[in-house]
Amino acid sequence: MEYYLSLFVRAIFIENIALVFFLGMCTFIAISKKIETSLGLGIAVVVVQTITVPVNNLIYQFLLADGALAWAGFPEVDLSFLGLLSYIGVIAAMVQILEMFLDKYVPALYNSLGVFLPLITVNCAILGGSLFMVNRSYNFSESIVYGLGSGVGWAIAIVVLAGIREKMKYSDVPEGLRGLGITFITVGLMSLGFMSFGGISL
Amino acid sequence: MSNVKEILFGPLFNNNPIGLQILGICSALAVTTKMSVAIVMCIALTVVTAFSNLFISMIRNRIPSSIRIIVQMTIIASLVIVVDQVLGAVAYDISKQLSVFVGLIITNCIVMGRAEAFAMQNPPGLSFLDGIGNGLGYSVVLMSVAAIRELFGSGSMFGIEILPLVSQGGWYTPMGMMLLPPSAFFIIGLLIWALRVWRKEQVEAAEFKIGPHTAMSHS
Repeated sequence: MEYYLSLFVRAIFIENIALVFFLGMCTFIAISKKIETSLGLGIAVVVVQTITVPVNNLIYQFLLADGALAWAGFPEVDLSFLGLLSYIGVIAAMVQILEMFLDKYVPALYNSLGVFLPLITVNCAILGGSLFMVNRSYNFSESIVYGLGSGVGWAIAIVVLAGIREKMKYSDVPEGLRGLGITFITVGLMSLGFMSFGGISL
Repeated sequence: MSNVKEILFGPLFNNNPIGLQILGICSALAVTTKMSVAIVMCIALTVVTAFSNLFISMIRNRIPSSIRIIVQMTIIASLVIVVDQVLGAVAYDISKQLSVFVGLIITNCIVMGRAEAFAMQNPPGLSFLDGIGNGLGYSVVLMSVAAIRELFGSGSMFGIEILPLVSQGGWYTPMGMMLLPPSAFFIIGLLIWALRVWRKEQVEAAEFKIGPHTAMSHS
């Protein structure tokens, strides 16, 4: 249990997927002007990440990895080169299913998340999560914890950035730095803050 | 002919994908600690963007618009798999250092963005050039960031020693910070600033105007 807790905390803070690995930066910068919208997007990322990382883990373990098809009588087949194509397919399909499911059963949530769901397919934090899972050879239960943790880490980062930007629009920023430039510098300072978690050993 | 030139070189400074369109930032930050790694990433991305633009443009009239995203995604993912396998065979060490970031070219917004915005409306030849142009625009930013980070962080460029390090009997104390993630954000922020001082028309409008100072002075 302790092991999973430390994996969870590490995924949120020490290996924050946005501020340490720079994943999902495009949406991170583009949709962080208001706290409300960024919170919506953050929650959507947590949900999708928690579903897709374990699903991709199952697909990798039982279909793609070297020798994974032994149960079907093909022990010498190695399909791992198809990984990228399958992960992105799974992500696109999951997002679509989630969208249809929410539309049918939880319309209130669908209306608030609706706009963000399609965006998530091309959010590299999601694909990055799956690729890191394969790279570090997590097992199924680890991948659930990692998916949840990395999603939460990304959500925290974007909400914090939105909070800073909401205040910052009242400040007098030099002309050329306005907008994109100052946002980058802010994110840099946040990332510097998160670097200090690096010393914590769990 | 000026049209071709505009498509090819416009994205370098006038309409830079990173500086202005906010596309493809993730990898721009992550793979820039060494120039040799960054240049491989640039070549990989330029190849993928150019060919995905070419192929998508070739079949643009046959893709039903409701499933176009998934068609584009499949083409891009297949190209990335090819690039990934080639890198693994030709430059194994560098492909290990790039780790997941080659795979992440799939979700690099430059590739999707250009496919959607340009290749769906234009003939194959022009789309191919547009892909190369945007790849070059991305490379300019990536290589400048990598040059700054490698020069000041480890005193070398492309692994060749420029500033002799203290640890090897030289005089230069490396800035460790340059090799850490935050420096990449600062450098890109400052590069955008520099670009916008040079090209005034790219400056964003202020969301909020600060009123004139109206407090009475105690005279």
